[in-house]
Amino acid sequence: MDLLISLVINGLATGMLIFLLAAGLTLIFGLMDVLNFAHGGLFVWGAYTGVLTYTYTESFIIGILVAILTGVVLGFIMEKLIITPVYGNHVQQILITLGFMLVLQEMIKVAFGPNAIPVKVPELLAGSWELGELIIIKYRIFIIVVGFLVFGIFHFILTRTKIGLIVRAGVMNKEMVQALGINIKKVFLFVFMTGAALAAIGGMLMAPYSGSIYAEMGMEFAILGFIVVVIGGMGSFSGSLLAAILVGLAGSFMAYYVPFLSLAVNMILMAVVLIFRPQGLFRTAKE
Amino acid sequence: MESLLKLHNIQTHIGQFHILQGIQFEAKQGEVSVLLGRNGAGKTTTLKTIMGLTPASSGSIYFQNQQIEKKPTYEIANIGIGYVPEDQGIFAGLTVEENIKVAMRKETQEALERQDYVLTLFPDLKKFWKKAGGNLSGGQKQMLAMARAFVNDSKLLLIDEPSKGLAPIMVEKVMEAILEMKKRTSIVLVEQNFFMASKIGDTFTLIDDGRTVHRGAMNELISDDDLKHKYLGIG
Repeated sequence: MDLLISLVINGLATGMLIFLLAAGLTLIFGLMDVLNFAHGGLFVWGAYTGVLTYTYTESFIIGILVAILTGVVLGFIMEKLIITPVYGNHVQQILITLGFMLVLQEMIKVAFGPNAIPVKVPELLAGSWELGELIIIKYRIFIIVVGFLVFGIFHFILTRTKIGLIVRAGVMNKEMVQALGINIKKVFLFVFMTGAALAAIGGMLMAPYSGSIYAEMGMEFAILGFIVVVIGGMGSFSGSLLAAILVGLAGSFMAYYVPFLSLAVNMILMAVVLIFRPQGLFRTAKE
Repeated sequence: MESLLKLHNIQTHIGQFHILQGIQFEAKQGEVSVLLGRNGAGKTTTLKTIMGLTPASSGSIYFQNQQIEKKPTYEIANIGIGYVPEDQGIFAGLTVEENIKVAMRKETQEALERQDYVLTLFPDLKKFWKKAGGNLSGGQKQMLAMARAFVNDSKLLLIDEPSKGLAPIMVEKVMEAILEMKKRTSIVLVEQNFFMASKIGDTFTLIDDGRTVHRGAMNELISDDDLKHKYLGIG
């Protein structure tokens, strides 16, 4: 039983980190129909700026705030310079965002060096609780709590506020939203910046979890993010949460019970979902 | 009556196709101006061009003496033009209430009063207030689309084929609603159903192959069998 709980906590923590990345991706894809392959770059820039601030100030909270700011600023620049010219053209979006991903990744090496930087868990969240045989690592619980908190806040915004209503309406029919007097470009920008900030928070939280940060971590995690978006249903926020938890749990359990399949498990999961529910687990907002 | 909307020599391209090739049109305050013509004549594109959804390549559009053909869609809506598209444009995953809330620019007392008024016009909407827009019948969707456009203080409503695909009883209800709405706002109506158009229209503009071919008072068209036969295939 203790082992089971341990595996569930590990899986949930990984799932929540993937969720933070996938949530932004799904919002951006759902509303803006933009395939953003540079999302991992925002994740890694959030991690680096946040961690360096955390190291310098010794305040994890200030580190998170700087990561969010980095995501918002990069999101703004990216939407204005990279995304705006390629709205409506998926091939160009893939090419330009993949290119920008590489630029962001290489800029990390130029600015912070090519070597991985070790990151320690903040003092308050370091260590573990021991319940008999069971050892619960505090930082993993923190990640799970933050993940659910972010989901709760965004779920509230999307379902209970006017801006959330506009975003959901925009996912369903952009043209009509404009015809109702709403500047959809502003909404796009807001969503893009929000998605970028979520990725940056994910990067910052990932850093102490994995123990180090390195330039390529963005690309690695972005692939998981895309798998989650596809499994959850492209454009579905709740679908992303469920799919991220599934991917996290599958990874955790497979790594323990069937280690040789642990790397393939996400692809297998995606293939199974695509065979039986090509639209993903949840209905997309467009439907 | 005072001119509200004026289109002068509007040309619109969609991709490589030259759809509108010279639209002249005028809508006056307090009137229902009907755009008539065969399928593919350019009526829907005319409304979309007014809204800036398929912007004009050349020509000018004036709304209350303000040139609007270069403005983005949301600004055109905000200066007082409401739009009910041919496919109704309902947000399928939002409830009836949410569909109306998205449309309502500000939840002022006046806007809420208009909402109440709209619900007296379309009582079915009140009944299905919490139901998803996508689950409504065709007629109810049409009512919701019209209610949504009417909930703001629009000076002009553009309504595209409101009777399309509706049962006769529903067409009658929609017609009554438009006549009621006419008391509060001006309307540009695209309609294939000539009976309905003739009952509620004050003026008509005939469009053929993307060009305006005839304009006048609705009574004039009602009594002109040749014109109806030539451009509408009736009479």
